[in-house]
Amino acid sequence: MVRLALVHLVLGCTLGALMLAGKAVQPLAALAAWRPLHQEMLLVGWLLQLVFGVAYGILPRLPGQPRDSHPGRALACAALLNGGVVFAAAGVQLGMTGLAVTGRVMELAAALLFATIAWGRVRPYGLAAAVTPRAPAGRA
Amino acid sequence: MPTLTRWFLRSAIVCLLTGLGLGLLTAGAAGPVAAAVQPLEVHLLVVGWATQMIFGVAFWMFPRPGGAGFGDPRQGWTAFVSLNLGLVLRALAEPAVALGASGQLATLGLGVSAASQLAAVLLFAMIMWRRIAGPR
Repeated sequence: MVRLALVHLVLGCTLGALMLAGKAVQPLAALAAWRPLHQEMLLVGWLLQLVFGVAYGILPRLPGQPRDSHPGRALACAALLNGGVVFAAAGVQLGMTGLAVTGRVMELAAALLFATIAWGRVRPYGLAAAVTPRAPAGRA
Repeated sequence: MPTLTRWFLRSAIVCLLTGLGLGLLTAGAAGPVAAAVQPLEVHLLVVGWATQMIFGVAFWMFPRPGGAGFGDPRQGWTAFVSLNLGLVLRALAEPAVALGASGQLATLGLGVSAASQLAAVLLFAMIMWRRIAGPR
């Protein structure tokens, strides 16, 4: 997800740089119409996705839980988020409300999946030790 | 924290204060000046503050595979200078162009600003791409 976020950053900023130059260079002026794509890529594709990716990597894990907890859900989250960016931006760009709504639903679904992964991993200090599995009494 | 991160973070804070200050000055204002300044205000907050904060913290905190250090410091410093040069030029040229300036200086300012910010982003992506590690 972090690498995908970097891809969105580079593509979104390339478009943004061309749009900025287009304010002074007439042949590029038409690119101003691509602002919805620029915004979607940088706010959702870059910022939101970076937060998701970093949180997935660094939030505490329950003892015994693998480093990549819920890999299937995380992959689905990444797919929905990136698909959502494309659909939402294309929908706004092309004036196709249905496509834009589909994109937003996909982004919301990605956020819900992220919430199910992250919720249990948000814990106070010391709780990890408290839930560390112990051998049953009398069998140690 | 590394010196480069300190510069990124302090510069981000300056952008935050400048962006919010600009927002305060133009709050409730209508007309060409407020409209000319609004894109700059947004980009000071989103690029100057949020993105620059991420650049600085990522440079400091992201994994350093094989104990390789923070990467080539020249690339990091070039990214810092490019990003902030781009923002300063944008702050000067974008409102001027929006208010009707069409001279070569304004055109050059916007062009260099765009190229400079893009160069910073490309350098940052190159530095970080190598440092994003898989599970160990």
